[in-house]
Amino acid sequence: MATNEQIQKQLAGQEYEAGFVTDIESETLPPGLNEDTIRHISSIKGEPDWMLDWRLAAYRHWLTMEEPTWAAVDYTPTDYQSISYYSAPKSKGDGPGSLDEVDPKLLETYEKLGIPLREQEFLAGVTNIAVDAVFDSVSVATTFKSKLTEAGVIFCPISEAIREHPELVKKYLGTVVPQQDNFFAALNCAVFTDGSFVYIPKGVRCPMELSTYFRINALNTGQFERTLIIADEGAYVSYLEGCTAPMRDENQLHAAVVELVLLDDAEIKYATVQNWYPGDENGVGGIYNFVTKRAECRGARSKVSWTQVETGSAITWKYPSCILKGDDSVGKFYSVAVTTHCQQADTGTKMIHLGKNTKSTIISKGISAGRAQQSYRGLVRMAKTAENARNYTQCDSLLLGDACAAHTFPYVEVKNSTASLEHEATTSKIGEDQLFYCQQRGLSEEDAVNMIVNGFCKDVFDVLPMEFAVEANRLIEISLEGSVG
Amino acid sequence: MLVIKDLHVSVVGKEILKGLNLTILAGEVHAIMGPNGAGKSTLANVIAGRGGYEITSGSVTYKNKDLLAMLPEERAWAGVFLAFQYPVEIPGVNNTYLLKAGVNAKRKQQDLDALDAIDFMKIVKEKAKLVELDPSFLSRSVNEGFSGGEKKRNEIFQMAVLEPSLALLDETDSGLDIDALRVVAKGVNKLRGEDRAIMMVTHYQRLLDYIEPDFVHVLANGKILKTGDKSLALELEERGYDWVKAEALGSEKSV
Repeated sequence: MATNEQIQKQLAGQEYEAGFVTDIESETLPPGLNEDTIRHISSIKGEPDWMLDWRLAAYRHWLTMEEPTWAAVDYTPTDYQSISYYSAPKSKGDGPGSLDEVDPKLLETYEKLGIPLREQEFLAGVTNIAVDAVFDSVSVATTFKSKLTEAGVIFCPISEAIREHPELVKKYLGTVVPQQDNFFAALNCAVFTDGSFVYIPKGVRCPMELSTYFRINALNTGQFERTLIIADEGAYVSYLEGCTAPMRDENQLHAAVVELVLLDDAEIKYATVQNWYPGDENGVGGIYNFVTKRAECRGARSKVSWTQVETGSAITWKYPSCILKGDDSVGKFYSVAVTTHCQQADTGTKMIHLGKNTKSTIISKGISAGRAQQSYRGLVRMAKTAENARNYTQCDSLLLGDACAAHTFPYVEVKNSTASLEHEATTSKIGEDQLFYCQQRGLSEEDAVNMIVNGFCKDVFDVLPMEFAVEANRLIEISLEGSVG
Repeated sequence: MLVIKDLHVSVVGKEILKGLNLTILAGEVHAIMGPNGAGKSTLANVIAGRGGYEITSGSVTYKNKDLLAMLPEERAWAGVFLAFQYPVEIPGVNNTYLLKAGVNAKRKQQDLDALDAIDFMKIVKEKAKLVELDPSFLSRSVNEGFSGGEKKRNEIFQMAVLEPSLALLDETDSGLDIDALRVVAKGVNKLRGEDRAIMMVTHYQRLLDYIEPDFVHVLANGKILKTGDKSLALELEERGYDWVKAEALGSEKSV
């Protein structure tokens, strides 16, 4: 019969499939951070002066800030002088002009991860997804560019957008997450090296899913990507990001910023499958994931959703948020977070209701096993101006074993009496009786665990884009060992 | 089919079964009756392989195999089915999906091809009709939001689909109204056959009006104290259990 100990053992047996290192020649800046480092990054990227000034302003402000300590995570503070802030696979110039210029080893890396970058491989499939692949500090390939250009969609590395579309970048960069926003966001503003830029013009429905895959490969390198997505009036886009890293004994820092801007009637669906290396079973190594993600529904009737499936990282500090400024705008947050071994996650969302009749939904599912610690931290704020705002929050935690823990920190601020909020929270242990019931019907213990966990996550999996629901399912199965028959 | 010899079982240090002997042959229906806390559910759970029970001595042989050495799922594959006294809810897991996984896991052990969705649904619909289970229950999460009676009916439905060799019914009749009882009995009777056996744990004679047993056993003080035919159940209904205990005590003393 299943005992907690057996489940623990099963979980301990999990393998991190993306843990390989690509042996590739790269150009890496020596560790250390000062104004020269930032000037260097800016000059490698061929940036205009306004961009460098923006970075330096952020850096100077960052120097005055202190690393936040309020999150329920415990880790050795990062020595910011021991990290390298730029690493790029060697190639001609900054980014390769076409896939032919990309090092074949890099293409292999992405193939190993199941992300083919050659467009014909996508065309052979049923769906088509345009991919931007970011390897360490640079974007290595963006597919389907011409088809997107036809539709007027801009999808390119942000470094390219800074050079080619400065008017858009200037207008929107830092308007959702300002340089001074928080310690990690300020650091990102100073040293971000690449990321994706998306602009969907007025009335355009993006003809395909857009996707960015981030991979940290180099040793002792931080990854600081920056993503900016703008959906103009009536525009629609569905976007997915995926993240992996090799297995290393050292901790690596990932401090990204994602900004989403939505004008009137725009809609963005943003999905994340995060599988950064979580460290080994004793908590050695793994990615420190300090990420600021925020969407601003600037326009009336705009809709944004954050859907995330998180199985990776040693430390997660992440609160994808929605600022619901436009009247009748809608924000949604769906999250499945799995923590095993010694992983620690402090994650949740913020829903800031400013406009009238704004609506938000929060569905958070946390699964903890091993000695993992997981906290949901969420804020729902209804401003004075938020007439008839509505929020529904549901936080469910599932515990596997006796040594893990789940915590819930819901914050609520309501300044308008017409607002309504609902909050539901449950914590359950994967019951021996649930396991036995499934086994009695003929399922192995492993299949039973997977089935129960997948059932627990169903509300979130149901809203993932079809193409990625399978991937998410698979990821959780690997994280919690084995496969569903 | 099932031979239990001198079975001693403890739960957290307390001995519940104290040398139980029971033999069930293929084709037979056995009713286990007895006062509360006598170990009736313990017996059903131990046969099915539930954890938390310490088997201190004795043996359980099923189809000439050592049942106690098998995992719960291995017992299920070999044809042991337990209709739970308290069927558990599993949110988000589709009732039919769980059942299909169970059926196909069993078929895999028998070197049979997995049933595809169409063939499986055919069987499921037919069996649902048999136990008058509303088809909407097929697509709902396992037992979630089911009433007590619906849960029990769902158990019998699962039994009908899995077609076990040895069905253990743990107080399947408790909490059922007379109509539901009739339907459940119909499902069980349909399963009766030469190569199958049924062991039902029950408190009430009433169930035995619908499912006629070949043997009625009284389980008390951790042992089978008395065995009889259907008339024993009627006698128990009338006189309670104390006389059986007293009788057993007397015969023990005289030994």
